[in-house]
Amino acid sequence: MVMPIGSTLKELFRDYRFVCAFIVLLFLVALALLSFFSPYDPTIWYYAPRDLPPSSKHILGTCSRGQDVFWQATFAIRNSLIISAVAGVFSRIIAVAVGLVAGYRGGRTDRFLMFISDGFLVIPLFLIIVMLAMLIRDKMTIFTTGLLLAVFGWAWDARVIRSQVLSLREREFTKTAVLSGTGTMELVFKEYMPYITPLAFSTLINNMSWAIGMEMTLSIVGLTNMDIPTLGTTLKWALNYQAILMRRWYWLSTPVVLSVFLFIALYWLSVSISEYLDPRTRVQRVGGE
Amino acid sequence: MFVRKYLIPRLLQYFLVIFLGITIVFFIPRLAPTNPVERTIAEIRSRGTYLDPAHIQAMVDALTEMYGLSGSWLQQYKDFWVRLFHGDFGVSFFQFPTPVIRLIKNALPWTVGLLLTTTILSWVFGNVVGGMAGYAHNKRWSKVLDALMMFVRPIPYYVFALSLLILFGYVFRKFPIGGGATIGRQPSWTLSYILDVLRHAFLPALSMVVLGAASWFQTTKLIVQNVKSEDFVQYAQLGGIKEGKIMFRYVIRNAMLPQITNLALSLGQILSGALITEIVFSYPGLGHLLFSAISTGDYNLIMGIISLSIVAITTLVLIVDLIYPLFDPRIRYK
Repeated sequence: MVMPIGSTLKELFRDYRFVCAFIVLLFLVALALLSFFSPYDPTIWYYAPRDLPPSSKHILGTCSRGQDVFWQATFAIRNSLIISAVAGVFSRIIAVAVGLVAGYRGGRTDRFLMFISDGFLVIPLFLIIVMLAMLIRDKMTIFTTGLLLAVFGWAWDARVIRSQVLSLREREFTKTAVLSGTGTMELVFKEYMPYITPLAFSTLINNMSWAIGMEMTLSIVGLTNMDIPTLGTTLKWALNYQAILMRRWYWLSTPVVLSVFLFIALYWLSVSISEYLDPRTRVQRVGGE
Repeated sequence: MFVRKYLIPRLLQYFLVIFLGITIVFFIPRLAPTNPVERTIAEIRSRGTYLDPAHIQAMVDALTEMYGLSGSWLQQYKDFWVRLFHGDFGVSFFQFPTPVIRLIKNALPWTVGLLLTTTILSWVFGNVVGGMAGYAHNKRWSKVLDALMMFVRPIPYYVFALSLLILFGYVFRKFPIGGGATIGRQPSWTLSYILDVLRHAFLPALSMVVLGAASWFQTTKLIVQNVKSEDFVQYAQLGGIKEGKIMFRYVIRNAMLPQITNLALSLGQILSGALITEIVFSYPGLGHLLFSAISTGDYNLIMGIISLSIVAITTLVLIVDLIYPLFDPRIRYK
């Protein structure tokens, strides 16, 4: 499982899904980076004529708020990616901490932490997030949206990490390390982390995808800051101005198509990585086809 | 033995989860930086209404009382539970003075109908087709289906529902794009009314069934592929049992068992998905009610919807867990 990065990448690039996803993601990240060179400020309205169809000056047209759809979309991708990265990284920290402590300490601590994470799994989290978002609506920034999602996005992955730690704890090398006087901290960080890092990474991708979708949903119900362009708020503005009825497809479909590409690319990446990590399916892939 | 070893710990867990969930719901508005009363007043002011200080004080008092925020936290907490047991969530703010519970009661049948039908349909459909695809995983149709699912599976409920809405509502205008029945029709048990309801439910249900089935399809397919390589399958094949019988009676049946547990675990997410889908299609269920509650800042209604959902979902999970032994002959809790 613990392998040098070079050969890992080589193996991953043999999977067509990984290659496709990687290219799409590169393209989307490039779009996001393009936002730094935008000629327009995304928070200003009516800098361009309203509702222009696509042309050479505005390649995806302009929206009813007098903004360039293409440049607005670059900001949207950038902000959505930042939100999902914040949510993903912070929830990974919680998930790894909970998984490690629960798995390593076992006993009552384990039961308590798993009870909490079970509760998080069962309760319809969307509703709890909505309620919290309602109360901090004025203070919603990219960062707080990410943090809010991070608080709720760790439960399942903590379970996955815990079961990995449970099996590591039973292995021979743990006993050797403990008997030879390795401290708990050193054992966990030096010996366990190489096993847990790939797990944290593959769950990170799924979590980012979830966060992007959740941000879109929160924006649609009007609970994020509508002045910050994200995939969700861009879509919400299009819907608010009746882009469906007015048939302004270039405006409406830009966030939808971009987000669909993003979701599919992230998913393919995670499937490809987790199949690589799980030797059972790997054998099937190599041996079966 | 069943009662002591399994039922009692499970019931204990059930009550603990409800307790935890409701307690979180109770504390969120109280720990958040702004409380509902301040928010409501700020919203009224932002609409440009002039209020003199005496009126504001009167409103603060009235709202504090209405949201159950008067008295010490301990007192409020006790009241909260007492009211919950009586199904009393106070009065709604956006349809003043209708009690929250009545609004929920009107919306509930729509959500329950949509949720139950789509959950069962997608579970059965996804598992059976996924099982067959996993059993025949080298066949062309299985690979085509699998590739298709790779595109459908990652799309979140909202985006998928919206795409269906645009596609069917505006491009091929076959189905109504909003509401639960034609506006102004009296509910009745006539055939034409039922057909009308079904026609309205078609798109929301389709979007939930496709997304749900895609996820069941993929997990079952993986499980079946693994079960298929086990010794007993080979033994059955050597023994000359018909392929169809091996597939359904032995392999798929084995693979479906863990999916029952997974169903219990994902019910909360499915409910969230149903609420979101309802918002897209303005389906008159709890999701739509939630949307109105959010747009008008109706805290009592939101608290009502959340508390009720928590109790309903945990109860459903408990039921699924308790009937599990009926499906798995290996577990008899002896």
